[in-house]
Amino acid sequence: MSASDLWWLPKNADWSDEVRSLGTTAGWGRFVSLANCRMDFLQTERLDKLARKSFGDHPPSGTTSPAVRLAILGSSMVSHLIPAIRVAFMRRGIWAEIYTNPFGQYLQDLMDAGSALHAFKPNVVLFAFDARHALGRANAARDAAAADRAVEDAADQCAHVWDMARQAFACPIIQQTILPLFPALLGNNEHRLPGSPQAMTQRINQRIRRRADEAGVDILALDARATEDGIASWHNPVLWHRAKIEIAPPMSPLYGDLVARIVAAQRGRSYKCLVLDLDNTLWGGVIGDDGIEGIVLGQGSAEGEAFIAFQNYAQRLSERGIILAVCSKNDEKIALTPFASHPDMVLKRSSFAAFVANWTDKAANLRAIAAEINIGLDALVFADDNPFERNLVRRELPAVAVPELPEDAAFYAQCIADGGYFESVRMTAEDFSRAGQYQANAEREFARQATSDLPAYLKSLEMEMRVTPFDVLGQARITQLINKTNQFNLTTRRYTERDVEAAMADKDTVTFQIRLTDKYGDNGMIAVVIAKPSSRPGELMIDTWLMSCRVLGRQVEQATLNLLVDEARRRGYRAVIGEFRPTEKNGLVRDHYAKLGFEEDGTDDAGGSFWRLPIENYVPTQTHIKIGEI
Amino acid sequence: MTDLEIMDGITEVVREALDDDTITLTPSSVAGDFAGWDSFKHITIVVATEMRFGIKFRTAEIESLKEIGDFVALIRKKKGA
Repeated sequence: MSASDLWWLPKNADWSDEVRSLGTTAGWGRFVSLANCRMDFLQTERLDKLARKSFGDHPPSGTTSPAVRLAILGSSMVSHLIPAIRVAFMRRGIWAEIYTNPFGQYLQDLMDAGSALHAFKPNVVLFAFDARHALGRANAARDAAAADRAVEDAADQCAHVWDMARQAFACPIIQQTILPLFPALLGNNEHRLPGSPQAMTQRINQRIRRRADEAGVDILALDARATEDGIASWHNPVLWHRAKIEIAPPMSPLYGDLVARIVAAQRGRSYKCLVLDLDNTLWGGVIGDDGIEGIVLGQGSAEGEAFIAFQNYAQRLSERGIILAVCSKNDEKIALTPFASHPDMVLKRSSFAAFVANWTDKAANLRAIAAEINIGLDALVFADDNPFERNLVRRELPAVAVPELPEDAAFYAQCIADGGYFESVRMTAEDFSRAGQYQANAEREFARQATSDLPAYLKSLEMEMRVTPFDVLGQARITQLINKTNQFNLTTRRYTERDVEAAMADKDTVTFQIRLTDKYGDNGMIAVVIAKPSSRPGELMIDTWLMSCRVLGRQVEQATLNLLVDEARRRGYRAVIGEFRPTEKNGLVRDHYAKLGFEEDGTDDAGGSFWRLPIENYVPTQTHIKIGEI
Repeated sequence: MTDLEIMDGITEVVREALDDDTITLTPSSVAGDFAGWDSFKHITIVVATEMRFGIKFRTAEIESLKEIGDFVALIRKKKGA
């Protein structure tokens, strides 16, 4: 997990091949999507080079925002950062032209109205001073007054060039803070040595921030990044001595992204809303299966604390004006229970401007959320632990940002913070009051229609299902699924491991344990079916049918039925009988058998219903799931 | 790690850095043999080589890297093989 290679973006195993196949005819959109993958500095340079070859020096069609013309004015080598800056703008669909001054000569460039800088006509200027240049002549023996003066001089020098740039170009200005790269002279109490370069770096950075606020200049906080990533990542003295490169080339992808996110924020192009999944995103476990006592949240477990920390982070974002919303595959009533009654929940129902918990696909739900809150899809950041949902949304709604949440909830907040989605350059009174505004219209109804191109997505998943009878290897997991699945569970019959063994041994009982793999990996065992001869001859009775909600909406049910009918036919049955026993939690599958083409075939006193499917005329449903060899 | 493996690794780095999959290297290859391999690109290739092999070149060592054979010998030494 390293910020330098943009770890919040998804990995793309085929990246190099896709870049190689771009040629010179690929459209801008292909470049944008490749720029939205994790990449190191070599890959960044390569993508930039290809884009320059394809589009020359002019914004290609398909760029939505006016082109950025950035002048990066530096005191040492900065040209190695330029490809990554351009690619970072590409990531945001923005075309960027970048200029930099001849080595070290930024002042001459600024002062001379006939210079290449003036001819370039930047619409944003970035000052990037190396630490030695910014500090000037060092002298550790300086007294406090002399050190104060040196700090003020350094800040003055910045303010002076800001004025010059503003007069010449009347455009936004960014000032990079100084990298804290000087080694200590005293140690822990370095601040007591006024002339210490290390102590002065810190003071100059503080002073630059205040002056920048006064002058309306935005800060690129390299010092803060060095604290997060370590100065050894940002600065390699070997390269400084060799080529006056202060910022280590491997950090250029991150550096570029920092620049681009500030410029995007200056243009009002930041994300505004964090859309959160619930199960395994805001708490550990599945509320519909594990129940309010079973979910992992809060005191008592390290993982539970990690989810609390993430909720706290979302809460802080909300307080500073980021809109929160929920998009979860759940029964709404069940999804709401932790918000109403779990003592450790930080977020409340009223924290969210939109709360969508249903079984529709998430792309359709995100569209509905954007419409409900009345913001664009390009203002949404979607946080979900499930790679299936993330990839569905990336594919269906490329405008939505989808951070690649790590597996450990302890790093969810860092992932979203590092992604810089909510970069803002100023706070307004409205930002602070926004969270309150949305509490007022918290309770709203949603009209949703699924318009996504789901079949194409399912096809692309390359799903493969493996169905085997119960066996000793699967026994423990089968028993676990039987006893914890609450939502997609037609009869909610609980069995012990002994019962499972008995079913395994009984030749007349049909047992399925079902695994699903797709191109993103192995989902493990995701469904269990048990069927027995009915008391009526010629009928096979489905005693148990359950499935993990993680694979809902992927045609696993249809593929399972196809196989079950095959098996029933092989055994000489004429019909398959389904049974539904309602519980508090399985409303999701009330219409399961009706949807699969069964006819209702009576009810019983306990509220259960029975469903009949004749085998003779059964036509298998076409799915995008390949059935694996057993 | 054999010299051949080291050479393969360097070749991959150079191909990526110069965006040219047709490049082949010999121990006597020097930067001047390849279009685009200027002093600036040289830094890129040195840093990428460090990352590729999980090593760090010393300041003085970088000065001595002229021919590809120098790279190979130095990497072999650093990998202790």
